[in-house]
Amino acid sequence: MTATALTMTRARPAPSPGTITRRTHPLWFLLPAYALLLLFFVLPTVYQFIYAFTDWSGFKASINPVGLDNFGQLASDGTLFRALRITVVYAVLVAIFQNLFGFGLAVLLERDTVINRIARTFFLIPVLMSALAVGYIFQALFKGTGLLADTTWTIVVVSLIHAWKWMGLAMLIYLAGLKTIPLDVLEAARIDGASRWRTFWSVRAPLLAPAVTFNVATALLGSMNGFDVVQATTGGGPARTTELLNIFIYRTFGQGLFAQATTMSLVLFLMVVVFAFPVIRLLRARERSMS
Amino acid sequence: MKRGVQPVFTVLLTAVVIGIPLWLVIATAGKSQGEAIDPDLSAPSSWQLLANMKQVWTDADVPAAFLGSLLIVVPTVALVLILGSMAAWVLARRSSRITGLLYALGISGIILPPAVVTVVLLLRQLGLAGTAIGMIGVYLGIYLSTVIFFVTGFVRTIPASLEEAAQIDGAGPVAVFRRIVLPLLRPVLATATILICLYVWNDVFYAFFVVGGRLDTLPLNLFRVASAGLYLNNWHLIFAYVILMSLPLVVVFAVAQRKIISGITGGAVK
Repeated sequence: MTATALTMTRARPAPSPGTITRRTHPLWFLLPAYALLLLFFVLPTVYQFIYAFTDWSGFKASINPVGLDNFGQLASDGTLFRALRITVVYAVLVAIFQNLFGFGLAVLLERDTVINRIARTFFLIPVLMSALAVGYIFQALFKGTGLLADTTWTIVVVSLIHAWKWMGLAMLIYLAGLKTIPLDVLEAARIDGASRWRTFWSVRAPLLAPAVTFNVATALLGSMNGFDVVQATTGGGPARTTELLNIFIYRTFGQGLFAQATTMSLVLFLMVVVFAFPVIRLLRARERSMS
Repeated sequence: MKRGVQPVFTVLLTAVVIGIPLWLVIATAGKSQGEAIDPDLSAPSSWQLLANMKQVWTDADVPAAFLGSLLIVVPTVALVLILGSMAAWVLARRSSRITGLLYALGISGIILPPAVVTVVLLLRQLGLAGTAIGMIGVYLGIYLSTVIFFVTGFVRTIPASLEEAAQIDGAGPVAVFRRIVLPLLRPVLATATILICLYVWNDVFYAFFVVGGRLDTLPLNLFRVASAGLYLNNWHLIFAYVILMSLPLVVVFAVAQRKIISGITGGAVK
């Protein structure tokens, strides 16, 4: 990550020699933001690497190191891998649905007609609502249908609900991406005799790459951190088949099992780190294509 | 799709996908308790939407939760924008090994999840557990990276010559930042404001860990009343609450719709 950052920095032309930027753009401007980042973001993250290996709990005052006991316990009763698997499945499903819906809506509502403008506004309402409220709406809507009580398919249903909430934002970003495509390019394709289908896939789709990157990345990261929608619809059930990492963390924290909650939080952190590198690379590629 | 079919399909799709869930909220929030026990799409036999909202307002102590939300959202958004753009401006204009590293560190929070459990321990050690200041600090730690990412990218597209003119006139960095840079950042700051307001106003997960049980915000309050026995199955009250809570954002959105849309989309794909 840092290697890419450095080459990028070098490649950028310096606006003015270093001696001058030192006075006109002083480093103390970074101080408040970075002090807050260190205190409230980096430090708790470092803490995770300590307290995941202790017996910290709500039942006693002392905190003692226990080595890998927490990991061992979570791995042996199957909780660790199940929560990991469920979270990954949820994230992938949300990314797929959210982008399919968002893209479909953008193509459908692309032209600036009155009906399309009104429809776009309606699809943005769920984006504004709290995810918790969205969860309660679908809990009520699906009550008695069994959709939220199936140990195999409920995970798909909750990821559809998550995608329903955010598809309006994906739509906006795809719409903006469609608008950046210059008209003369489309016209040239038409003059060359390309069919609409062909024009779409060989001219327009590649130019949508930045929008795809942004949408897939935000959908993946948002759903790996997911909590509200699932908590409000199923609470992790039935039979814990929709228990995401964050729901597990919330539940065990509420029971006073702080070390177990920290361990799972560390697992989430490590999982995102493993996923993050490809995502960062994509975001960097997007930056490069911008400049 | 044929031109004649598209409008019909659009109206039908919107009505089914968005209309039905929204109608369920409004219709159920307008029903009596007996009618709302099994929520369905029927219209209430007599509308009592306002009465239900009034009941929620007093029973669930909405005004206190509303103030709690404001007390956290307003300082968070103000600080995250000012401190984030200060840092982003310098990061974008200086090019050294150190600023490259600092930028990578600064935006890593976009991807990495915050340590929700240990942050509670840290806040206890700082004496900030359960306080609004602690909550604001945690949100700043989470969302500063979003602002730094968006604003650094934006500053790089602004020519430095505007700043240089002011510098030649003898303006110091604070004056240049305040009078020249901040006004230029307006579009990207609008985007960041909307996104962060959305996240913080609606957040229940981080709030549960940091201020749960000590300070009420609207989502925490909704979560509590909906999961407590008090309102379990009282769908008319839950949905009256949902309407109350969503109204402020929907009104803001309705007023500034065009600006918000161009703000969000401009920041993402440019």
